Amino acid sequence: MPDVQPLVSEFVLKLKRRKVEGSHAVARQTAELLRSVVSQHRMGSTNQAAALADAIRSVGEQLISANPIVGNIVRRVLHIIKEEDISSTAVGIEGLSVTVDSDDEYDSGNDDHPTLSAAVLASHARNALRAPSLQTLLDDIPVSTALSRSASSTGDSDGKTAGDKSLKTRKLKHDVIAAIGDLIEEIDTCYDQISEQAVELIHQNEVILTLGRSRTVKEFLYAAKEKKRSFRVFVAEGSPRYQGHVLAKELVEKGVQTTVITDSAIFAMISRVNMVIVGAHAIMANGGVIAPVGMNMVALAAQKHAVPFVVVAGSHKLCPLYPHNPEVLLNELKSPSDLLDFGEFSNCMNFSTQDGTPLLNVVNPTFDYVPPKLVSLFVTDTGGHSPSYMYRLISEYYSADDLVVQRKSTS
Amino acid sequence: MSQKKSRGGAAGAGDDAEDLSRSPLQAVLLADSFTLKFRPITLERPKVLLPLVNVPMIDYTLSWLETAGVEEVFVFCCAHAQQVKEHLEDAGWTGQPAAREMAVTAVESHDAISAGDALRVMYGRGVIHGDFILISGDTVSNMSLKDALQEHKDRRKKDPLAVMTMIIKHSKPSILTHQTRLGNDEIVMAIAPETKELLYYEDRADGSHLCVTIDKDILASNPTLQLHNNMEDCYIDICSPEVLSLFTDNFDYQHLRRHFVKGLLVDDIMGYKIYTHEICSSYAARIDNFRSYDAVSKDIIQRWTYPMVPDVLSFGNCHEVKLHRQGIYKASDVTLSHSAQIGANSVIGNATSIGEHCKISNSVIGAGCCIGKNVIIHGSYIWDNVIIEDGCKVSNSLVGDDVHLRAGAIVEPGCILSFKIKVGKNVVVPAYSKVSLLEKPSNEDSDEELEYADTNSGVTDSPPFSSMRSNAGRPAVPSKDDDLGASETGTSGVLGYIWASSDTGTQEDWRQSIAPIPKEKLQEMQHAVSVDDDNGSEEDLNNRQYEQDHDGDSEISVVEDDDYTKFEKEVEETFQRALDGIHEDNLILEINALRLSYSLQHADCAGAVFYSVMRSASVAAQSTNDNLLKTTADALAKWKDLLRNYTKTVDEEMEILLKFEEMCQETTKEFCSLFSKILPYLYDKDVVSEDAILRWAEEKENADEADKVFVKQSDAFIQWLKEAEEEDDDEEE
Repeated sequence: MPDVQPLVSEFVLKLKRRKVEGSHAVARQTAELLRSVVSQHRMGSTNQAAALADAIRSVGEQLISANPIVGNIVRRVLHIIKEEDISSTAVGIEGLSVTVDSDDEYDSGNDDHPTLSAAVLASHARNALRAPSLQTLLDDIPVSTALSRSASSTGDSDGKTAGDKSLKTRKLKHDVIAAIGDLIEEIDTCYDQISEQAVELIHQNEVILTLGRSRTVKEFLYAAKEKKRSFRVFVAEGSPRYQGHVLAKELVEKGVQTTVITDSAIFAMISRVNMVIVGAHAIMANGGVIAPVGMNMVALAAQKHAVPFVVVAGSHKLCPLYPHNPEVLLNELKSPSDLLDFGEFSNCMNFSTQDGTPLLNVVNPTFDYVPPKLVSLFVTDTGGHSPSYMYRLISEYYSADDLVVQRKSTS
Repeated sequence: MSQKKSRGGAAGAGDDAEDLSRSPLQAVLLADSFTLKFRPITLERPKVLLPLVNVPMIDYTLSWLETAGVEEVFVFCCAHAQQVKEHLEDAGWTGQPAAREMAVTAVESHDAISAGDALRVMYGRGVIHGDFILISGDTVSNMSLKDALQEHKDRRKKDPLAVMTMIIKHSKPSILTHQTRLGNDEIVMAIAPETKELLYYEDRADGSHLCVTIDKDILASNPTLQLHNNMEDCYIDICSPEVLSLFTDNFDYQHLRRHFVKGLLVDDIMGYKIYTHEICSSYAARIDNFRSYDAVSKDIIQRWTYPMVPDVLSFGNCHEVKLHRQGIYKASDVTLSHSAQIGANSVIGNATSIGEHCKISNSVIGAGCCIGKNVIIHGSYIWDNVIIEDGCKVSNSLVGDDVHLRAGAIVEPGCILSFKIKVGKNVVVPAYSKVSLLEKPSNEDSDEELEYADTNSGVTDSPPFSSMRSNAGRPAVPSKDDDLGASETGTSGVLGYIWASSDTGTQEDWRQSIAPIPKEKLQEMQHAVSVDDDNGSEEDLNNRQYEQDHDGDSEISVVEDDDYTKFEKEVEETFQRALDGIHEDNLILEINALRLSYSLQHADCAGAVFYSVMRSASVAAQSTNDNLLKTTADALAKWKDLLRNYTKTVDEEMEILLKFEEMCQETTKEFCSLFSKILPYLYDKDVVSEDAILRWAEEKENADEADKVFVKQSDAFIQWLKEAEEEDDDEEE
């Protein structure tokens, strides 16, 4: 894809240099990039969906290596392609199930992807839990073969009329682009949809505690304020980036009673709080939350005093991965300069007079992992959910075989 | 494209976009350090391509420039130009311009031997049109240039003479060693606090005397100025195009700091000004020597350079690196034995295998290395494709590409093993050795990186230390020097030339090597510092009267040398020359000339000359009091004519007495006890008259006790003088 490659590498560089930050911006720009990848993709006559998915994968791989947080959107787009493809095939052809068996046997011979095998097994396990729908029924077939099977069968049936085929080709592409457009819109409008639920959750004269600054939380509180709810907000400043200060300013501008506290005062203040509302960086498949650093402390404090801990996040933050290994935690250690002034401490880092061993270490993680048992409620654009329901929600947005975004070697 | 995009990513660049539209932001990157500090490695590979935490240094610099919004970079290659160009091509910096926001052009020149020459070549090309960033290819930074550029541009609008903005960073020098953690000498700068104009720059400040010399004009023309010794020069400069023409006009400018910056600061005819910009939270440092290589590597591992850290910024064809707990970075396919212990702050490159029971700590290991069993690596930098066999021990050393350490070899701290060196079984490479396959050039060849006459250079001019090179086919032939000690088993040695010996350990060796400074050296220095401190405070007292109004921001006690002390020094130097046999008349002429040029009084001259005489006496005397008295008497006898030449009036004689007293109290205390004995001698030789002595005694009547010490000491003599005078008076009557 020579036409999109410059765009992709530019975005990859931006991600690498951490020039694009904030989940909303990243999600939106990734989706836009992938849309242009799709629209510039030249459709072949056969295996369209697989080729398209491959194109997305190859781009997705680069993006994820630059910054793993874009993985959600890549997976969403892959899922969209699959869904659109399947729905178009399902509508177009009757008696698909008859051809499936024969193709299946044929494909399993050469379509063996060791890298995906774990994912395939996982998908089997998961599919049992899915709600019965047309797609999931079809998905139940070993997934790695599903794509090529359906695509090749499309090709077979399309072979009859050329005009029909080109129409199909355009239709699939058009559908995918439209669906990605929907996704972008969803990313943009998630705030409104989440905020609509604010009045139901925030009651008169309540005290809300939040940590740092999350746009979703801000909109959520704004919405409650607009509905004439009177409440007070405690804002923990969220060291070391102190985004809480910004949030406090914004809230005061809207006329919300705001109190700024240090992060270390959270435990002391929590007993006066009716509800904790925080944003998230990502929501994992087990209902755990990746959130700005310090959040675990807030969650523990809330649990200790039985204060509801509510996480508000758009559905693009749902991540189909499980936090079983540290790499999946999407954590990132930032520069110690947020904490310390280099100049003041430079004599502590004079390796010539020490034993060559750095005596001063600074750890500045960006995120915390909050286990699901500490979360009382998730508020997403589709409504409120308990942590144990997250896997279900996630399976509606993602295909199980996309967990590992890696280009298929054979195609 | 979308509103969000313009708000998020492009907003930062948006502000300077208008400015940049006039002329694209350019940068000149010097891919040559023009020093010899990284020899012998730089004989085979240019310094900018040396891996810093497994990534060539120049990639850090280029990607920072790209992040900072530079649109066009000229990479000036000199030594090993071909290698630099190939690297730029391979890493995707040059070629396919569409993929990059920044265009990189290599400029090659083989006859440039200094940064000055390089800039003259750049001027000759005529490619620089607007403000540009001047940076060396060994600089690591993550700062944002936006503010500094804006400041520079605003200043330029107001004052076209502001040609350069220097980026500086707050950093404390080590109290013990009087050098920064980067191994270079501490820099003393004088900066006007409001305008941030740089008024004075000294990178070789004599730390041992805690003394800087600042021109009086600077003090006179600036109501306040701040002296900093806690600033680090980042060697990132924002320059106006005039800088290039300045270099061309002054063809003797070689070094950017020592010649150019100092030249501009001293030269007030053109009135060009240099300003500074201090960065606070971001990081910038230049790798100047092995010590800074070590320090910057550790900073990168500790993530001060974020996002330029191994796991975030993977350049070009580098493999993915993951960060584990305790600052351990591992590439994706490392083969690690279960029993191997990887300590904190280590980096292990791609396709490297590490055997059983290895212990690795604070080290960087490159790609494709093969490390056997029971190997201990501490604080070292192992580059690519190194083979280390079982039981080796490497500490605080740098091991180049394709080096082979056979079983049991020990590399002691501070060693530099250049490319393809083979170290035999159980051989001990002594501390601070530099080993290379290439012979040490006996005379500095202009093909290579060449440092202009620099007394402080890290490489001594001694002939090649070891020169028995084996034939290429036969590995590990004993070629080590005999003086390497009995630890060598004798079956095999080191294949290559050993450049520097270990036992002497010149100062540069331990100061600027990767190894930490040895304990005993530290103690020595500590001792030296405490002595210096005494001296410093005395001088401070001594000169306080001359001190003008300035902000005492600096941490060292700064002594401002005014004209008089300078004059005194020059007189002393002249006098020293006179001791070597210049005729007295000439001496008087010279001193008179000095007096005129410093526009001082005869009295000042008298003091200075007397001081010089006494100093020469005390130097000759070798401490014992009898000797001292004798040599002083000799010196006075010899130079009485010279002194008399200046002691025409009582005032001048007084000056001598006061000077003498001051010397006894402060600088040369050995005269202290001899004051009363020397005073009559001065009287005898007609250097001072009795009037002067009496007036001196009178003046001291009202002084406090401390000042009266010498009056009391010579009480008897004064009494005698008084009586003699009375007698004279009587006689007259």
